Amino acid sequence: MSNNSDNRLHQDAEARWRVAYDRQLPDDSNRQNRSGIEIRPIYTPDDWDSDSYMDDLGFPGEEPWTRGIYPTMHRGRAWSQRQLIGLATPKQYNERMRKIVAAGATALSMIPCNSVYRGYDIDQVDPLLLGTCGTTINTVDDMETCLNGVPIEGMSIALNDPSPFTLLAFLLATAKRRNVPWDQVTGTSNQSDFISHFIANHMFYRLDLHGARRVFVDHVAFANDHVPRWNPVSVVGQHMQQAGATPAEAMALTLSTAIQFADDCSARGMDPDKFLRRFTFFFDISISFFEEIAKMRAGRRIWARVVRERLGAKSTEAQRFKFHGQTSGMDLTRQQPLNNIARVTTQAIAGIFGGLQSMHTDSYDEVLSTPTEGAAKIAVATQNILREEAYLSEVIDPLAGSYYVESLTNDMEEKIVAVMDKIAEAGGMFEAARSGLVQQMIGVSAAKFQDQIDSGEQTWVGINKYQEEGEVPVASLKRPDRTLIEEHLETLSRFKKERSNDIVAKSLDELTRAAEDDKVNIFAKIVDAAEVGATNGEICGRLRRDLGFGNPLVAA
Amino acid sequence: MIEATPVLVAAPDFNKVLGRPARVLVTKIGLDGHDRGSRLVAGFLRDAGMDVIYTAPWQAIETVVRQAMEEDVDVIGISSLATDHLLVPQLMKALRVARMDDVSVVVGGIIPENEIGLLEDSGVDAVFHPGSSRDDIVGRIASLIIERRGGHISDHE
Repeated sequence: MSNNSDNRLHQDAEARWRVAYDRQLPDDSNRQNRSGIEIRPIYTPDDWDSDSYMDDLGFPGEEPWTRGIYPTMHRGRAWSQRQLIGLATPKQYNERMRKIVAAGATALSMIPCNSVYRGYDIDQVDPLLLGTCGTTINTVDDMETCLNGVPIEGMSIALNDPSPFTLLAFLLATAKRRNVPWDQVTGTSNQSDFISHFIANHMFYRLDLHGARRVFVDHVAFANDHVPRWNPVSVVGQHMQQAGATPAEAMALTLSTAIQFADDCSARGMDPDKFLRRFTFFFDISISFFEEIAKMRAGRRIWARVVRERLGAKSTEAQRFKFHGQTSGMDLTRQQPLNNIARVTTQAIAGIFGGLQSMHTDSYDEVLSTPTEGAAKIAVATQNILREEAYLSEVIDPLAGSYYVESLTNDMEEKIVAVMDKIAEAGGMFEAARSGLVQQMIGVSAAKFQDQIDSGEQTWVGINKYQEEGEVPVASLKRPDRTLIEEHLETLSRFKKERSNDIVAKSLDELTRAAEDDKVNIFAKIVDAAEVGATNGEICGRLRRDLGFGNPLVAA
Repeated sequence: MIEATPVLVAAPDFNKVLGRPARVLVTKIGLDGHDRGSRLVAGFLRDAGMDVIYTAPWQAIETVVRQAMEEDVDVIGISSLATDHLLVPQLMKALRVARMDDVSVVVGGIIPENEIGLLEDSGVDAVFHPGSSRDDIVGRIASLIIERRGGHISDHE
């Protein structure tokens, strides 16, 4: 408050407002947001004082980073659109990619088939399950087919590629075949966070925790040294929030995981100022609008502080909290499915105001099936509309200075830090996950949320309120063309016949030797094996034998 | 459309009526590992007084059949988020071959509209979609169990 008389005016006005409010809403009560923070009807300078502007906010591109990680944010470069597209075979994927590249895309995303995630080749699983959710990439030849006519240099390639990172190995082998130097290869190992897979996305969880940790650190070291523009680390909060963690818990668990990864890399003798430049994050964006915005803003501030004070990095680059956001599929409903377009729009706005660097907007039919093409187009259009019709990229951090948003950002920060402290007390994220502490925390939150839905305390349009008889008809899902899958199976069998099986066997034995010797970079051996023709299934199979098969904790 | 069947009896009574506790195997087949749904449902059924056998994901069909037999379950619940429901007809066939087709099978998760028939035709007793409530799920499974055990619940009502 600037002076005493202002202060008195403020207090008088607030008292008058309180009387009027209570008279009109005598039975009003405050709800708690998903993270458990009580939401009051009004926020004032008592909740956030603009005198703390420089301490709490400052300017984008510098400490304390609340307002964004770059000086120009979306005005300089809008977020990139990273849509997940499931296309069954490398040939089909390539056809789509060539169109996208011809239309000017500089970024592409590669989503493999579930069989690939599980570490199998297409000849190892029931053909019914092939290519239903993503592309069946098993070999360096498959990668080459995917990228036929697509330049690797200058293209930012996001690989959904869990440990042991076979897709990156295939990509690097493809670059070598084309004589593209590895320092021209850019992109992200989107699914490098094995801890989140162990906790909450078991499909991606291939190797035992200890083995996955070893391969992870080797892969970061290898990328830092040989593929310097590659982001080997994406710490994934999305899986945990999708599994039921509250937004504050998801942020806290993600930051705790990032600390664990940084500690592991430092323990290996790597330089935090170097490896932290290549850390990225991936978050869920729920429909709890202001809470999500506050989550991202608080997370950005906490991470930069952790980097400076705990991880010992000094550079500006290392403090940047680069993140991808995906709108939450958990909020979508099968009932009245077109309502999901409104939900995704709301979530996307929260992500944009939260300052994300890239975004995937869900298709409205994701709760009904794997997205159909028409629905996926609407999801992309949603981003275009928000950016170019609504001008949401025009002003940096436009909600800053709102008493509510700043107060909520501070409250979220407090909640997040409290959970991070709990994880630190449990011995860090690796231990907290291994022991099941995190899974239990998430399970409790998931059950609590479900109870709020079932009791009607949390409204869910079409589910527990505003239900309607009869359904809106939606496009039915087409399964992949069986003849294309058959053709692809033949391609794999030909590939296996034509390669030198002796050399492949030797390359797999090199993996075994590396597994036994911590001083050898095992990811370098994975790249070697990919180059000589070892398949995804063979590499994952050998490492599962030598480093242990990844079994999640089974608890319900 | 909500196909809610009210829970017929409160938890402890439910087992008294049945004579011995209801037994349900909650599992996942195929490739996916998302388990928010299966964990929640397992909790619901336990809260309702049922014995729940809960497994890791990626179970082979033969394993599910064997486990259902060994554990003497009334119901098998299959959770599927990403396409694995396409394998359910194979499970139904394997149950018939093992002469276990008296075990009820329910499927929950993301099941495309145009593939629900595939499951129903193969003999699946109920399909639960996102948005199903605790009462929908527990009520329907309780009815299936009562039906399977001879429907003698009415004696006690």
